[in-house]
Amino acid sequence: MTEAALEIANLNKRFGGLPATKNVSLKVMAGERRLIIGPNGAGKTTLFNLITGDLTADGGSVRLFGHELLGMRTPDRVQRGLARTYQILTLFPRETLAHNVVLALLGLDKLRWNPWVLLTGHRHLYAQAREALAQVGLGDSADRVVAETSYGERRRLELAMALAQKPKVLLLDEPLAGLSQGERQTVRELLGKIPRDVTIVMIEHDMDTALGFAERITLLHYGEVIVEGTRAEVVADPRTREVYLGE
Amino acid sequence: MRANALWSVVAAVLLIAVPWIIGGEFYINMASQVLIYALFALSINMMLGFGGMVSLGHAGYLGLAGYALILLVINGFDQLSAAVLALVFSTAMAGLFGALSLRAPGLGFIMITLALGQIVWGIAYRANNLTGGDNGIRLPARPAPFGIDISSAPRFYWFSLAILAVAFFFIWRFSRSPFGASLKGARDQPRRMSMLGHNVWLIRWLTFVMAGFWGSVASLLFVYYNLFLSPHALGLQQSAEILLMAILGGATSLTGPIVGAAIITLIKNVVSTYVERWNTLLGMTFVLVIVFMPYGLVPGCQTLWRKITTRSKPAATKPIEIKASADSSSGGCS
Repeated sequence: MTEAALEIANLNKRFGGLPATKNVSLKVMAGERRLIIGPNGAGKTTLFNLITGDLTADGGSVRLFGHELLGMRTPDRVQRGLARTYQILTLFPRETLAHNVVLALLGLDKLRWNPWVLLTGHRHLYAQAREALAQVGLGDSADRVVAETSYGERRRLELAMALAQKPKVLLLDEPLAGLSQGERQTVRELLGKIPRDVTIVMIEHDMDTALGFAERITLLHYGEVIVEGTRAEVVADPRTREVYLGE
Repeated sequence: MRANALWSVVAAVLLIAVPWIIGGEFYINMASQVLIYALFALSINMMLGFGGMVSLGHAGYLGLAGYALILLVINGFDQLSAAVLALVFSTAMAGLFGALSLRAPGLGFIMITLALGQIVWGIAYRANNLTGGDNGIRLPARPAPFGIDISSAPRFYWFSLAILAVAFFFIWRFSRSPFGASLKGARDQPRRMSMLGHNVWLIRWLTFVMAGFWGSVASLLFVYYNLFLSPHALGLQQSAEILLMAILGGATSLTGPIVGAAIITLIKNVVSTYVERWNTLLGMTFVLVIVFMPYGLVPGCQTLWRKITTRSKPAATKPIEIKASADSSSGGCS
């Protein structure tokens, strides 16, 4: 872990008079599992939105393996190896699971510009989609329509879509939100199986999973990084207890 | 699959046989008008049904391609060169209009397309020296593609049918292509598509240009049919009618716009002969269809047919809802 996968420096974003992130700086090394925690409104999802380009930063720098991302459009950032899942599921509910993953695969394939060939004729895309779905335990559900699947299956589908793109850096926004205990265990195991060449930055409130998963933790509060360090350091820090974990 | 192929063959044979079946020049010309408007409706539906982009300026292509064609022919160009140049000009203008319209999402997009359509209408109305103003200008004669005379009503019908068939085939392939899938994805979840690596703005812009191209082809047919063009043909009412055709027939289906074009053209031209208040009838038809089949006639009838024959679950077969050009999260809307 010698190279920085994601390097954020003095990142600022204001919504009118409200600062959402204030001089946020953090460095995530390649292959690292980083957890972002903080109370509601701390700016965690805003930070993800700034990294992906969903929001435009007021100032600062976001580098992905040394390449500056700010000023780049979201799809160009994705082409450079960035992927994310959303806290609120954003899928294509009337399409099959396989088609959802195919859309993810098309995002990185020049074939997406072709208005003439039939998509169904490109069986390799569907084969890859089934492979990605099998990785998250949905291999048998590839032909089901998303609207007919459970919430837990949709969470796994989100993960399959992100992983199908073979990202270098994966941003997971509360991947366990709304899941039952059994489903949490399934997703936990899936996260554990993601290979080390994928750097993961995760926002999660389920502290049992999050602390077990993360190597380093960043605590955000009112848009500022107030604590950063290893699991033990962050948990032991009195500011973490004060603003997040409670006494 | 086999049933679909059989129905397609039956439909093709019936369409080819229309001039013999209905007879009479008036009705054959009516059928030609249906085909021309069907192509207009199909072209606008590339944006509306597949892309969720509502345009109120589609009749602008009538002005751009139509006047370009007539002016080129009047100034000595042969019919083929004039048609090609008119298409190139009109499609290039579609590129410019798309770049301007896609700067705004949702309602803003609709209003910009409306404004651009009205600008074309205004120029056609005011530029007397060029367009003949309110009096319009005439195309001296119909072309003779591959030496075939299309001046008679049946021949022009078959010519229009051939062009529509080619356009339908292209648009059918488009709707099932990777690009078509990306466009539908951008319609439903633009932010997500952007995060999957798709350039949503470019997808929409290219669709706008392609719809402009087919709208321009329909415009050429319109001018060949009427041998005349005046600003009345490219006003807001024309754009709105083309839009209504797609919505009435069912914007989420490929054949819906054709059905919508047939119904509206027939009500306008045939029913108006017998019913003085045909506009009321047109409005009532539209209201009734939207109330009882909110997704349009073709998807509505398909759902009804499935309910009758298979009693399948409606949730699984429910056609998708058309959303006005959604947010422009990537920098910019089954």
